[in-house]
Amino acid sequence: MSLLAASPPAMATAPVFVAASALAAWSAITFVSVLAIVGEVMIAAGMRQVGDLDEVRAQSGLPGAIRAVLTNATFVIGALCMALNFFAMLFALSMTQLSLAGPAIGALTYVGNAVAAKFFLHENVDHRRWLATVFVAVGVVLLR
Amino acid sequence: MKHTLKPSQYAVLLSVIITAPAGDALLARGMRQVGEVDLHHLGLLWHALFNPYVDGGILLLMGFFAAYTVALSWADLTFVMPATASSYVVIALLGHFLLHETLSPSRWAGVLLIVCAVGFVAGGPSRTEHPALDAMDSGAAL
Repeated sequence: MSLLAASPPAMATAPVFVAASALAAWSAITFVSVLAIVGEVMIAAGMRQVGDLDEVRAQSGLPGAIRAVLTNATFVIGALCMALNFFAMLFALSMTQLSLAGPAIGALTYVGNAVAAKFFLHENVDHRRWLATVFVAVGVVLLR
Repeated sequence: MKHTLKPSQYAVLLSVIITAPAGDALLARGMRQVGEVDLHHLGLLWHALFNPYVDGGILLLMGFFAAYTVALSWADLTFVMPATASSYVVIALLGHFLLHETLSPSRWAGVLLIVCAVGFVAGGPSRTEHPALDAMDSGAAL
């Protein structure tokens, strides 16, 4: 009975509360996804600058290859973004439902990566790669 | 340029696919033994470092990041992406065949979609040929 008595005021505030929490959840999901996209694109750009690591290793050995990667500023900033993404993901998962945040972040990151790879890395994202991106995004949502 | 992959490069992609889910699984098992970590029990994180499953998980995830980095040195991000997504397929299939978990039709559909995505991308070139990108490859754009 007490629950029933409490329900009218709860119902009155529910839409506002739901909208605010949905906004907060999607803000967190977008923030985590953008961090992942920036991180992965910068790591990819850094590794393109470093060049084929097999060739770098053949020329200057394993320590030289590791040095070439770790002294590349673009790579290091990208790796820091990924580290930040890890902690932001923990935060996002604590404030949203795993069943929403997990697939949403996965799908947004894959699609965002393809768009960013085309415009920032100038990769040739042909129809096969677009199709693969959409399949991966939908597949990740179905599998989580 | 780099259109086809060498066997060693396929091995790197295979490492990307396998090390991520294996590392996650070990880390999850170890953290279940350690207990729930929150802001009031951050000391447990230090305790977690002495758990062999957590250590194995961290090592495998470091291996994943190394393999992923190596792959991006000779392949496009959009080429490597379906390989990283294949980790979800590995987790689902391991759960089904080793732990006898039932996979719902929608999860089977997810497996199929990601496998198709790998097929689409694997059939094409691994690296984009582009004059500006070739300059980056040679280090001129550093």
